[in-house]
Amino acid sequence: MHRLTMLMRALAVLTLALLLPVLAQADGLIAGKSFGNDREIVVTFKAPVDQAVFADPAHYLVYEESDPDIRLELADVRLDSTGKIAFLGFKEPLNTTRPHVVSMIDLPAAVTGRTVETFRVAKPYLGYLLSILVSALLINNFVFTKYLGLCVFFGTSKRRDTAKGMGVTFTIVMVVSALMSWFFYQFVMKPHGLDFLQIVVFIGLVSLTVQAVDTILRKVNPVLFNAFGVYLVLVIANCVIIAVPLIMANNEYNFLETFMLALGAGGGFLLALYMMASVRERMELARVPKSFKGVPIAFIVAGQFALAFLGFSGLSLF
Amino acid sequence: MATDKSNLQLVVNGILNENPIFRLVLSMCPAVGISTTVMNGIMLGVAVLFVQVFSSCTISLVKNWIHPRIRIPTYTLTIATWVTVIDMVLAAYLPEAYAKMGIFVKLIVAFAIITMRLEMFASKENLTHSFWDGVGMGLGFMVGMMAIGFVRELLGLGTILGYDVLGFRPLLFFILPLAGFFCVGLMMGFFNYIETRYKRVKQG
Repeated sequence: MHRLTMLMRALAVLTLALLLPVLAQADGLIAGKSFGNDREIVVTFKAPVDQAVFADPAHYLVYEESDPDIRLELADVRLDSTGKIAFLGFKEPLNTTRPHVVSMIDLPAAVTGRTVETFRVAKPYLGYLLSILVSALLINNFVFTKYLGLCVFFGTSKRRDTAKGMGVTFTIVMVVSALMSWFFYQFVMKPHGLDFLQIVVFIGLVSLTVQAVDTILRKVNPVLFNAFGVYLVLVIANCVIIAVPLIMANNEYNFLETFMLALGAGGGFLLALYMMASVRERMELARVPKSFKGVPIAFIVAGQFALAFLGFSGLSLF
Repeated sequence: MATDKSNLQLVVNGILNENPIFRLVLSMCPAVGISTTVMNGIMLGVAVLFVQVFSSCTISLVKNWIHPRIRIPTYTLTIATWVTVIDMVLAAYLPEAYAKMGIFVKLIVAFAIITMRLEMFASKENLTHSFWDGVGMGLGFMVGMMAIGFVRELLGLGTILGYDVLGFRPLLFFILPLAGFFCVGLMMGFFNYIETRYKRVKQG
């Protein structure tokens, strides 16, 4: 019981730490800022401001935090009737998943006390993390929209029990190996300029994790181990498990983002396996043309699932 | 245990009897993901051929020094090394084609077909046989990819290798990425049908 309370307290602290950047407000002129639609930033001022200065796009410099050299072009700036809210319209749609920096330059010093006011606009970090999770789970499901891991997908989706066990083991291997890969990438490979060894190092770490899971499972749950047979070895030969570290390295994800990506990829794989297994169990009773029995019809069913998953594209929750 | 097949039989075996895509049902990810044109099939086919041949030769040469307990990790690392080589070569000399294939070149490292050939064949046979088996498997993969690419490009765009053949676009649906599932499924069913018909005719 005591341990549970400790866990809850740790969780609360973690949540608070994640939310803190959101709660902290910029001082001075600005009362609040957020993204409007995909080509708009909304800035709220503490007091009504001067129309001539603050409705002029020349006074604003906007860029993505990671690319300070690329200035985003403003189309227009509108102030609402109270003069307290400014709508910054952009020519190109913004990538709202990334933090943006807005600089207001050449301000009259009499109004604000300084001539430059800089602030950061970002989505809440927790929402961003969840959007990575949902994206890997549904929108960019690794099986149905990225077409990865198909060998294991068609091999182990014959029965629901196997599918469940395989999916869960897979998720565990994926999360552990992705986090280890992140550690090695950030602290060993990048500082020493060994980026080109990505493939060798990542696949080595995956093999290591698989070997560990193999040994543990053999001792802990022999029934499940027998059910997997050759497929636990084939986890090494699965595209998804190596694709996750590669995507992580490509996008320069941090620890939490990597965790969410791996969890989403594993969960998405489990989801795909389970749905497919449910359909294939039913299909054994159906009258399928003889030439299409087995793998060919499974491919066509997978195609229909992929069509259904197209419906998730454009989904944006956070 | 040496194989009694000739070199030519080994190559033909890889292309027809044990075709990686249509008969062994392995390496399906690229067959679905980027088989939209014949050219993509050829490009990835060349990369896989390279990796398969060189890994087979490497493993065949060092097979007597590999401890059985660690053979799978050894295979994986050998493949990873050769994939790194082809990945960097393609990125340097054919950047456009490389960009089209995206992450799939790096993912050759996880193709079940290569590991399987090393385990089943190269770790038991001599260098010459392993070389020809690698060539056969690589060509089999390339032929499979090209066959899917041929159907999809012809039906989707009405072209072959970029040349306009039909003059119109019959079914634009086929160049959508997800049509790969339908295309592979239908082609497999078709080949199965031909096989059963062929057997029936043969029996009289």
